[in-house]
Amino acid sequence: MSDRSGLLEARGSQPEENLRMLTTETIAVAMSGGVDSSTVAAMLRAEGHNVIGLTMQLWNQRRLAGHEGMPESVQGRCCSIDDVYDARRVAETLGIPYYVVNHEERFERDVVRPFVEEYLAGRTPIPCSLCNNHLKFDQLLIVAQQIGAGQIATGHYAQVVFDEQLNRWLLKRPADRSKDQTYFLFGLTQEQLSRTLFPLGGMTKPEVRELARKHKLVIAEKPDSQEICFVPGGDYKRFLEAYLSEQGDRPTSISGEAFAGEMVTTDGKVIGEHAGVHNFTVGQRKGLGVATGSPLYVIQIKNDTRQVVVGKDEELYSRTLSARRVNLISTPELREPMRVAVKIRHKHQPAPAVIESAGPDEVRVTFDEPQRALTPGQAAVFYDGDIVVGGGWIETSTR
Amino acid sequence: MVRRVYLDNNATTPVLPEVMEAMRPYFGDHFGNASSIHHHGQETRAAIERARESVAALLGCRASEVVFTGGGTEADNLAVFGLVRPGDHVITSTIEHHAVLNACKHLASQGCEVTFVPVDGRGLVDPADIKRAIRPNTKLITVMLANNETGVVQPVAEIGKIAAEADIFFHTDAVQAAGKIPIDVDKIGCDLLTISGHKIHGPQGVGALYVRKGTQLEPMLYGGSHERSRRAGTENVPGIVGIGKAAELAIAGFERGDDQRMAAARDRLERELLEIEATGLNGADSNGGRATRVPNTTDIYFDGIDGEALVIALDLKGLAVSTGAACSSGAIEPSHVLIAMGLRPDRAKASIRFSLGKQNTAEDIDFALRLIPETVGRLRELSPVYNKAANSEPLAASNRRSVGP
Repeated sequence: MSDRSGLLEARGSQPEENLRMLTTETIAVAMSGGVDSSTVAAMLRAEGHNVIGLTMQLWNQRRLAGHEGMPESVQGRCCSIDDVYDARRVAETLGIPYYVVNHEERFERDVVRPFVEEYLAGRTPIPCSLCNNHLKFDQLLIVAQQIGAGQIATGHYAQVVFDEQLNRWLLKRPADRSKDQTYFLFGLTQEQLSRTLFPLGGMTKPEVRELARKHKLVIAEKPDSQEICFVPGGDYKRFLEAYLSEQGDRPTSISGEAFAGEMVTTDGKVIGEHAGVHNFTVGQRKGLGVATGSPLYVIQIKNDTRQVVVGKDEELYSRTLSARRVNLISTPELREPMRVAVKIRHKHQPAPAVIESAGPDEVRVTFDEPQRALTPGQAAVFYDGDIVVGGGWIETSTR
Repeated sequence: MVRRVYLDNNATTPVLPEVMEAMRPYFGDHFGNASSIHHHGQETRAAIERARESVAALLGCRASEVVFTGGGTEADNLAVFGLVRPGDHVITSTIEHHAVLNACKHLASQGCEVTFVPVDGRGLVDPADIKRAIRPNTKLITVMLANNETGVVQPVAEIGKIAAEADIFFHTDAVQAAGKIPIDVDKIGCDLLTISGHKIHGPQGVGALYVRKGTQLEPMLYGGSHERSRRAGTENVPGIVGIGKAAELAIAGFERGDDQRMAAARDRLERELLEIEATGLNGADSNGGRATRVPNTTDIYFDGIDGEALVIALDLKGLAVSTGAACSSGAIEPSHVLIAMGLRPDRAKASIRFSLGKQNTAEDIDFALRLIPETVGRLRELSPVYNKAANSEPLAASNRRSVGP
């Protein structure tokens, strides 16, 4: 590791001190109007960098108002005018130029549509990763470079370091493990990582809030956001209905017959019906609409037959999974099997496993111990200690 | 300090010093309510009526036909909503300003029929299309005088004739024409015409609607009998004085040849920008034939660039221009005007509007001409569309986080 990356790692205690090592070249900060990205802008500004604030306009909340199941006025979080005002006020406080850039078209194409299609195919998507790959670290990076900023900084909790021996940029888990967002960043390429700064990587959330207060940022006490930004109130089913109704893809409600299917047990017995595979996710227990003596869970969703397979908790455990569209970070390729820890959902504790190449962009994961509810559509992210080896999208699992 | 040059005068214009001076007393000594019978009221009443005469002189109408409003949007809305009732039919164009376009869309949702007449590749409405769109219940034709993005001047006199023959009200939004080309409501043959203060170097927050004598217009605001019961509410005296002074100065400007000077500067800017490769003028047809335009506006596409990024890059270097229309967040939406003219969406997004004002100098144009070619070049180098080689190489570690010069 170079001295520089060492310094970056040590950033935790006195973040602004260590940032002094950074370039004085222009840095674009992706500002959402929240505490994290606002504090990033304040930190970089305090260090005397040329900072430009950018907010991506990604989705128009009003668009689905009045459609199938949506109220006439939709109070969603995403790209709300309030958030833009907050970001603008922070930028004004800091005295940095600030712009809103419109990426609604790309967001819909690369994030919203895949999100909808995945659910309709019986999978459980993660739009945040798609947004990172296709918008924040792609489109926004291009805009940043075009307006003279060679690098972008975001409020993600993660670290980027350059490893001279490997000659590669590495993505590492942050100091504040409870805020670790590396799971959503596994798709970043070497080019993207080389131009990205995560100034909060060495800090804890309370430290970030404290710094926001110190800089007198109006958003210092703003609550953290949790839900998927474009889905109001986290009700994804209602969002799907409204979106499809707006698109005219489905003339009738998606809860209608065209999406209905059978509920079957793992040994093939039909025990009921369901109104559409998008209503289910692997491991789900509530809302199955069937009553039996023992608790039942969704074990598998068969998109081709529209069957939802249910069974006992122990039947949820699988030992292997296949990950596709894999992106490797710490190594250019997997020549031989590698021991790692694999995280299969955001809040999952990484579990020991062996990964091996199973074709182009495909990796087979074999866990030491069977894991509960491997869910197609979610990501499997591979860790070597704090270092993100890479990750891919869960395609299938086998017991 | 960054040198700042402002070439976005179709968005708003700086208030001229003479206008500010004319307004100043009405924030202080002359504070009366123009409806009051005492000295203070009489003072401001007189100022309002003088301003009305100045605006009437700019438009070639009688002072009694001028209604002051809270801006161009309000004047447009008053014209549309003041005339049209459920069951009526309205004819407008696809390139109107949102103040007319969205008012008409609202009418359509309230039981009115609306025909949106298309434009050709030059951004021109064909009067024959207007004539064909007329129905027995057509109440109003509203077509703008000059477009805010391309500057293209519409054949309003022909449309006025068609409207008169069919006994249909004709409104024209002249917000972008006023002060740039001479306006005469009788030559246009319109019943209603909108202007805005801040587009003619007057203040923001004041506009005027010409209403031909005898036109039955329902007010939108109810209250006192201000503005001959067409616009209730205590008058914005400083604003009205300001738009009056701006109208006076606009007339003087024509006499001085300001419009010709502006056209020459615009033409030089346009000519030199069009020498950059893969650029073109919006508002010219495929044969290069140009529509008549107001003298201050040019709209140019730079293939392979993202107009939004170019506007930001130029702003960071001190040049203010614009593209499309900003939505509530301030993000840029693709221009409905350019799309209506048949531009490919990518070309519409690569288009920039340059609009000059009276304050712009030859040095301002020089500054723009120094800045734009190099910035366009840099953006194209980094454009994944224009330059396939862009963004392929990771940044070397040594190029990042280095201590600055």
